[in-house]
Amino acid sequence: MTQAHERNGTALLEVKGLRVSVGETEILRGIDLTVRKGEVHAIMGPNGSGKSTLTNVLAGRPEYIVTEGQVLFEGKNILGLPPVGMDPETRAREGMFLAFQYPVELAGVRTWQFLKAAVDATREYRGLPQLKIREFDRLLEEKLELVEIAPELIKRSVNEGFSGGEKKRNEILQMLLLDPKLAMLDETDSGLDIDALRIVANGVNQFKGPSKAIVLVTHYQRILNYITPDFVHVLVDGRIVRSGGKELAEQLEEKGYDWVRESSDSPAAPPAAKVGA
Amino acid sequence: MATQKVISRQTGVEDTQYKWGFEFDYESDVAPRGLNEDIVRLISSKKGEPEWMLEWRLKAFAHWNKLGNEEPTWANISHPPIDFQDIIYYAAPKSQKDGPKSLDEVDPEMLEAFAKLGIPLEEQKKLSGVAVDAIIDSVSVATTYQEMLLKAGVIFCSMSEAIKNHPDLVRKYLGSVVPYTDNFYATLNSAVFSDGSFCYVPPGVRCPIELMTYFRINELDTGQFERTLIIADEGSYVSYLEGCTAPMRKTHQLHAAVVELVTLDDAEIKYSTLQNWYPGDKEGKGGVYNFVTKRGIARGKNSKISWTQVETGSAITWKYPSVILQGDNSVGEFYSVALVNNYQQADTGTKMIHIGKNTKSTIVAKGISAGHAQNTYRGQVKIMPTADNAQNFTQCDSLLIGDQCGAHTVPYIEVRNSTARMGHEATTSKVNDDQLFYLQQRGISLEEANYMIINGFCRGIFKELPFEFAAEASQLMRVSLEGAVG
Repeated sequence: MTQAHERNGTALLEVKGLRVSVGETEILRGIDLTVRKGEVHAIMGPNGSGKSTLTNVLAGRPEYIVTEGQVLFEGKNILGLPPVGMDPETRAREGMFLAFQYPVELAGVRTWQFLKAAVDATREYRGLPQLKIREFDRLLEEKLELVEIAPELIKRSVNEGFSGGEKKRNEILQMLLLDPKLAMLDETDSGLDIDALRIVANGVNQFKGPSKAIVLVTHYQRILNYITPDFVHVLVDGRIVRSGGKELAEQLEEKGYDWVRESSDSPAAPPAAKVGA
Repeated sequence: MATQKVISRQTGVEDTQYKWGFEFDYESDVAPRGLNEDIVRLISSKKGEPEWMLEWRLKAFAHWNKLGNEEPTWANISHPPIDFQDIIYYAAPKSQKDGPKSLDEVDPEMLEAFAKLGIPLEEQKKLSGVAVDAIIDSVSVATTYQEMLLKAGVIFCSMSEAIKNHPDLVRKYLGSVVPYTDNFYATLNSAVFSDGSFCYVPPGVRCPIELMTYFRINELDTGQFERTLIIADEGSYVSYLEGCTAPMRKTHQLHAAVVELVTLDDAEIKYSTLQNWYPGDKEGKGGVYNFVTKRGIARGKNSKISWTQVETGSAITWKYPSVILQGDNSVGEFYSVALVNNYQQADTGTKMIHIGKNTKSTIVAKGISAGHAQNTYRGQVKIMPTADNAQNFTQCDSLLIGDQCGAHTVPYIEVRNSTARMGHEATTSKVNDDQLFYLQQRGISLEEANYMIINGFCRGIFKELPFEFAAEASQLMRVSLEGAVG
C-alpha cells in the first residue's frame, strides 16, 4: 500500500467475497472491499468491468442475483430480504445513498414532493421529527444554492426535461438533503462540462467528513482532481485487480487500462482484494 | 330514550377497504318491486308533479317498452341480464315525505348520516365554499347555501323542486340534450327518474361558490335514477361537483342517471365527478352497475363545457360524458381517470361532436387497471361538414398493475371537413421497475413508491379538479388500489 493513511476509522461497509450474476452471466467474481468512516474510495475500470453492478447491488437493485459473499453495513448484514437482510428502502434509510448514473424520470411526480417524501421517510426511520414545510423549504433552499439548481426546477416533474448536468446535480442535491453515511456516486461525473463538474465536486466535498464515506465510481481521472481519493481500486472483469493511493489514478490515466490488465495477469500482482483487511 | 342513535349496521359483506359501505338506518317509504305504468304514475304522484311531467314520463315508458327490455350489448363489459322487474324504483326516507323547508327542518338523523360520509350539511359545519345538494336513494334531503345562491340569482335545487317552482326552465331544457329516446338506460331514466339536481345560472353571473350534489344509494335492491340539468345562460360560469357512494351489498344495484348541460353564448360549465359507488368485493360479488348518460351542448358561441371525472367505484361503469360543440368557437374538454381493480369493469370515454366553426376539443383519458379488471376507453370524435377549422387532441394512456388485468382503447374518428386538425396519442405502460427502485433508494417504501407513480400518472387530470376534490381523488385511488401494489 503506497498511501500513508491511517486506517483507524470504523468500518462502515464491508464487502466479502461478493459474486453477482445477472441472468446467466456472472458480473462480479469475488469482490472484497472495506470502506471506513472518513474515507474516499475511487473505483475505476473500463466499460463493462462491473463498476455500476457493484454500487447497484449494494443499493439492492432487484435484478441482480448474489451467488456468494457477504456485505455488512455498520456490521449488519444487508444482503437478502428482511428479516435476514434489508430491502432497498431500509438500506437507504440506514444511510446508504446511490447517485444514479442515469437518474430516472418520474412523470407527474413533482420534484419538491419527491424530495419531501424521501426526507420524511428517512427522518422517520431515524427517529427524527418530521420537518415542517417551512423548515424543509429552508433546508432545501440552502442545498439548492450549493448545487446551483434554480428553484423553478423543483416545481417540475422529477428529472423530466432536465439537462444531463441538472440531473446529476439533482442527485447531489438529494444526497445533501438525505445526509447518508455512505454516498456511492455512480459515474456522476460522466457527461458533465467543466462547470457542472466543479459544482458536483463542490457538493461532494461539502458532504465529506469524518463520519461519512464516499465511493466514487468513475471512468476518468478528471473528477479526482477535485475530489481527492484516499484509495483507488481498479476493477477489471468483475475483480479488483489493483488497489492503491491517488497516484494509481494518475498512472491509469497515463497508461490506460491495458496496463493493469497485463500486470494483473502476472502472478506477482498483489492480491488487491485484500485492501480492507 | 337513548340519546345516541346507531346510524350504521353491518351489511353482511366483509370488506375492510370500502369505508363508505355502512348503511343508514331509518324508515323508508318504498315502492313495490317492479316496473309498470302504475309505478311511473306512483313516482310522479309521490312528487306531486304537474301533468306535463307525468305525460313525458309515460311517453318515455312507452318507448322503453318498445325497446323490449333489451339492453345495449356493444360495450366491452359482461354481466348477467338485469331483471328490471326485480328492482325497486322509488325509495325515500319517511321523514322526508313532505320535504324540508329549510335546513333546520332536515331530520337530524340525515344530517348525522351525511356527516359520517364527510359531507356536513349543518349551517355551522358546511363545507366552505361548496353548496351541497344531498340525495339519498330517490330524494334530495338537503341543499345548503341556498340563500347566498339566490342572492346571486343562481337557482340550485333538487329536480323535484325545480319541476314545481321553475317549470318553464325545466320544460324548455329537460330532454333537450338527452332526449328520452336516446338510449335504453336514458329512456328508463326518463320514465322513472326520482330526483337529481337542477341549476340555472343567469346571464353574466359567475356562480360565487362550487355546487355539489352528493348521491347515496341506501335501500336494498333500489335503483337510483337521478336526473341532473344545468343551464349556464349567456356569459355565466358555474363549477359543479358530484360525489357518490353506496353501502356494500351482495347483490348488484343499478344506477342509471342522466345529466344534461347547456351553455349559451360565452358561458362555461365545469363538471367534476368523483364516482365511488361500491365496486363489489374481491371476488366480484355485488357492486353498483353504473350506466349513465351524460351530455352537454355548447349551444352558444365561445361557450365551453369541461368534464372531469375520477371513476374508481362501481362493479361496471358505462359512461361517456360528451359535448356537442354547436356554437362557433366553442370548446369541449374531457379529462378522465378510470381505475379498476379486482373484477371491476369500465367502458368509458367521451364523444365530441363538432358542428360549429373553429370548435376545439381536448380528450385526456387515463386508465389504470389492476387485479383481474378490464378497462376500456371508447371515444368518438366527429367533425361535421359545417365545422370549419375544427381541432381535436386526444390522448389515451393506460397503466397496468400486475398481469391479470386488461386495457383497451377504442377510438372512433369521423372527419367530414378537410380543414380539421386532429391529434391522437396513446400509450400503454406498466409501473416501471427502474422508477420504483429509484424511489426506494431514496428511502420511500415500495407501496408508497407505487402510489407516487400512479398519482404522477394521473396528475394531469387531478389538476383539473377543484382543489378540495383533488386531494380526495388521490386518497380514493389509494384506497381503491389497496392490496394491488407494494
